[in-house]
Amino acid sequence: MAANKELFKKLYRIRRFETVLLDQFKTGIFPGTTHTSLGQEANAVGVLSHLRKDDVVVSNHRCHGHFLAYGGDPQALFAELMGKPSGVCGGVGGSQHIHWRNFYSSGVQGGTVAMAAGMALAEKRIKSGAIVVGFMGDGTLGEGIVYECLNMISLWQLPILIVLEHNQIAQTTPTSLAIAGSVIKRFEAFGIPTEELDTSDILEILPVAGKLIEQVRLETAPRALIITTARLGAHSKGDDTRCPNEVESLWQLRDPIAIQAARLPEMAFNQVVSAVDAEIQRAFEEALAAKGSLQ
Amino acid sequence: MSRSPVKTVLDSLNRGLYQALADDPRVVLLGEDLLDPYGGAFKVSRGLSTVFPDQILTTPISEAGITGIAGGMALRGLHPVVEIMFGDFTTLISDQVINHIAKFHGMYHGKVTAPVVIRTPMGGRRGYGPTHSQSLEKFFLGVPGLMVLAPFNLFGDHPLGAPGRLLYDAIVKTEMPVLFVENKLQYLLSLLKDVDLSEYEVLTDDGKDAFSSPCYLLRIKSAPKARLVLTAYGYMAHLALDAMHRLAYEEEIFCELVVQTRLAPLNLEMLFEAVSRAGSLLTVEEGTFSMGWGAEVVARTAVTLGTGLKQVGRLAAKEGVIPVAPELEAACLPGTDDIIARAKEMV
Repeated sequence: MAANKELFKKLYRIRRFETVLLDQFKTGIFPGTTHTSLGQEANAVGVLSHLRKDDVVVSNHRCHGHFLAYGGDPQALFAELMGKPSGVCGGVGGSQHIHWRNFYSSGVQGGTVAMAAGMALAEKRIKSGAIVVGFMGDGTLGEGIVYECLNMISLWQLPILIVLEHNQIAQTTPTSLAIAGSVIKRFEAFGIPTEELDTSDILEILPVAGKLIEQVRLETAPRALIITTARLGAHSKGDDTRCPNEVESLWQLRDPIAIQAARLPEMAFNQVVSAVDAEIQRAFEEALAAKGSLQ
Repeated sequence: MSRSPVKTVLDSLNRGLYQALADDPRVVLLGEDLLDPYGGAFKVSRGLSTVFPDQILTTPISEAGITGIAGGMALRGLHPVVEIMFGDFTTLISDQVINHIAKFHGMYHGKVTAPVVIRTPMGGRRGYGPTHSQSLEKFFLGVPGLMVLAPFNLFGDHPLGAPGRLLYDAIVKTEMPVLFVENKLQYLLSLLKDVDLSEYEVLTDDGKDAFSSPCYLLRIKSAPKARLVLTAYGYMAHLALDAMHRLAYEEEIFCELVVQTRLAPLNLEMLFEAVSRAGSLLTVEEGTFSMGWGAEVVARTAVTLGTGLKQVGRLAAKEGVIPVAPELEAACLPGTDDIIARAKEMV
């Protein structure tokens, strides 16, 4: 019960952050664009809840959920997205290029898999005991460097968990127009033991991710986790070309927040929602009030 | 190999790698076919896997992958060195260099460094043909956050020799990513010692940075005032030195030669001074002519010297593929005779 409430809080913090972000984008305070984690919150929380302090995370363009689940400060992320000096990377990196402690994200597809592999090789060489979690999307399966790196990850037995968030759409291109053959066999062909999940339920992701991370840690060897998931928002802000009925159906069936909320008594739900809403609102306002060129 | 006397550019680079691996456990060398007895396609890495088995990683044919992996290693505190077998294959690593390794320091707001050194041999004149003979470094010049170095075949005052010292410093003494441009024919050149250079006055500008990537000026001792400045790097610097000598003794045309070892970011102070004395500048490079290194050098010189720059010339490879046939290849790439001919036209 307490655990369910805590998990809901972790999920809802990401949801609330992204909702406020999209809402405030209309006011023009955020330069550029952004990619939100709407619908994929349970992947971030389910995997990253198992990390230790020294472990390393490499994320991609859709990194806000990963950053917050890693323990990143929502105010520093808001400030980064606003281009403020108080942002995570001084306003230079923006939405896609975040580095804080052992968290790194970047926006060019495929290269982050190489970054993650190199980091795992470094941690193995210096015998730090740390492992690396590398997130990628199904769209990234189109990049050749991914396969070069899967080969070396297995060849050199690197301590890395690859998490493929398979949201079945790459920007506007559905998987059916982009991926031939089997996704899991891509990993298995390189000798990387891989588990597949098709769920948005945190309680299903959490134990599988925990088991795989434990295996990576104990065996100093790679694993992969394919999570078939649902992108409930647009690729970035207004570029969702899917049929509205299809998206509505995903909201009905695949919303990780609703799935976990259903496990909470109303009072607990309300407590979390009001506390998180206040926290995120405060983070937003403090970020906005910080000095910066966009004041 | 690593303990034999340092005579050639190849020996010097090999010794520089050896010393970096010996001195710094953060150094790891990655690349294709590196293991002894082969020791890399051009033997720069020969002997290293025998002495430092834990620091040499032979890799699959995955240039992009190993370069990207080196970037990740560097972010976590190592100093990886990547050997790319032929310079032509740097096209395969360009995203990793430009969008990743050279970006990390700036895009993460100075919180990280990515000290990766990528070594690769450019250059033709070996009959390797269109895709194994090019000098593609110009595509990496001007990438913010990336240093591009090219050694000169001097011995200098360091036991490693100047090329080995430049490589050693690039690996151990800088946190900036480096593309280290070697050259297939330059490998075979003897390092020029003081005795070889007794006819010349050699000035060295180590630059203002802690990391030394020197610029050299060579001129014939007691020669009349130079009427032309030649500038070049790498193997072309060797040919330009030969041309300068012949121009003096066969044509009584006196030049100064400025040799760059750091192609980016540019360090042209010594060149500006030389050109301000002579008035004329000829740049020489082995890459193709259009948008080349020499074009930027000429532009910078013109901007700095204004009317002090009276005449410029550029020599570079012809635009087109580099043929296998020896006569056709020679006609495509600038040689000593071409430098002499152009210099005679200019003075």
